[in-house]
Amino acid sequence: MARMKFLLDSDRCIECNACVTACKNENEVPWGINRRRVVTLNDGKAGERSVSMACMHCTDAPCAAVCPVSCFYTTADAVVLHDKDLCIGCGYCFYACPFAAPQYPRLGNFGSRGKMDKCTFCAGGPQEDLSEAEYIQYGANRLAEGKLPLCAEMCSTKALLAGDGEVIAQIYRERVQKRGYGSGAWGWLTAYRESVAI
Amino acid sequence: MMIRILALLAILVLGLGAVPAMAQGTTASPSLADERAVQALLRGETVHGRITIPDQRAANLIQPEGRKWREFHNVTLAWVGGIAVLGMLALLSVFFLVRGRIPIEGGRSGRTILRFNAFERANHWMVASCFIVLALSGLNLTFGRHVLLPLMGPEAFTEVSHWGKYAHNFLAFPFTLGLVLMLLIWVKDNIPNGTDIRWLKAGGGLVGHGEPDSGRFNAGQKGIFWITVLGGAAVAVTGYMLIFPFVFTDVTGMQLSHMIHSITAVLLIAVMLAHIYIGTLGMDGAVEAMTTGQVDLNWAKQHHNLWVAEELAKGRAATPPDTAKAAGAD
Repeated sequence: MARMKFLLDSDRCIECNACVTACKNENEVPWGINRRRVVTLNDGKAGERSVSMACMHCTDAPCAAVCPVSCFYTTADAVVLHDKDLCIGCGYCFYACPFAAPQYPRLGNFGSRGKMDKCTFCAGGPQEDLSEAEYIQYGANRLAEGKLPLCAEMCSTKALLAGDGEVIAQIYRERVQKRGYGSGAWGWLTAYRESVAI
Repeated sequence: MMIRILALLAILVLGLGAVPAMAQGTTASPSLADERAVQALLRGETVHGRITIPDQRAANLIQPEGRKWREFHNVTLAWVGGIAVLGMLALLSVFFLVRGRIPIEGGRSGRTILRFNAFERANHWMVASCFIVLALSGLNLTFGRHVLLPLMGPEAFTEVSHWGKYAHNFLAFPFTLGLVLMLLIWVKDNIPNGTDIRWLKAGGGLVGHGEPDSGRFNAGQKGIFWITVLGGAAVAVTGYMLIFPFVFTDVTGMQLSHMIHSITAVLLIAVMLAHIYIGTLGMDGAVEAMTTGQVDLNWAKQHHNLWVAEELAKGRAATPPDTAKAAGAD
């Protein structure tokens, strides 16, 4: 099985937000929830770069480590998913996540945040693959259809790569070698405790 | 002169050689932008940018503080909480075995004195019942998945935790109200004074033998009062930070609030276990103070002699038993 990862080549990202739109559309993500977002650093200054960020499906995921009801699980493809039927909406995963990936349908005072929602790597959830229930609760299950996450699939500059960590790291490595520069795989140190060695 | 030219040439040659080497250096190692970000990560700084979606909180790209919070929640809190709660239970068990139940000196007199009126008792039990639910539902969030989850299974455990969360959030309000009322009605009897120092020097009624002088509340009870009020204030304030996400603070503030909230809470639970012990099992005649409000006069004289003297001087108190009949009535 593959070890699925995201890789963002910030030297290519043009902040078009197509990944954000694709994600919302493909997964019918409700208002107020952004499973993926594009953050621009050093905006308007030298060294400006944009980074598309979602759940990175961490190795030793902090969300899973702190969840009081243990509703997280890791698939055979190393995608970090959670069971919304078990989630109590306490917000602990949100405190622990380094990428602010967990989202809640309501900002909800009095603990009424609702069930947590986050990027599923387009891999659905614990419900039966490609079922109606799975789609309503978690969105698309493109992995079950043999496809990769739509955000990366439709990225026009291929700044965002999704897939087997070995494969996308190799693509990135070749890119950096060819063009002669690269600012590193964003978030990899935090998520996977490793960087792409060039 | 010749030497100078040679030196200049050497510098030029070396310099020219150095240029491609430097370019290669940039290629081989990550560029500055990434390094800066990594350094920021190592220093534990949030990497923050600009975002075009309405949710401005999403502009935080990476918040490494989450790792510290995780370490706190999974390791520090689990150890401190476990040691505080189980340690106190063990300590109390040992104490009970060694000291046994503290009896009323001279037995019960059959005459009673009003220690807490109905309002004081009602308020005490409001706070106490809220505290018990808050404590159990709070402990559940840290220890439940290790203790209850294997026993109950995921669905039932989620149900319990979900209702526990709602109970925790809503009972926070009567709990806080009760604390404020406690402060108002009992603060005048809980100001530390010279009697407390003598009481503490004598080791209190619990550890030492022979009961030192004490007013309405002894130094130990005053300690419980101030721990409840101040600790309660700390958990209430930090709890409201968490119950209203982003109203008062951001994610870093909520992590800090949670740390203060949970550590204070487990320590309060340990103190309250001791309070429950001495109020029920540990001392004969104590529990009536908070049930009927009427304590035996001998118990009161033993533990709160100065207070009894005051009350008797006021002419209240010393209610005769229900079975007592006026002289000549039978």
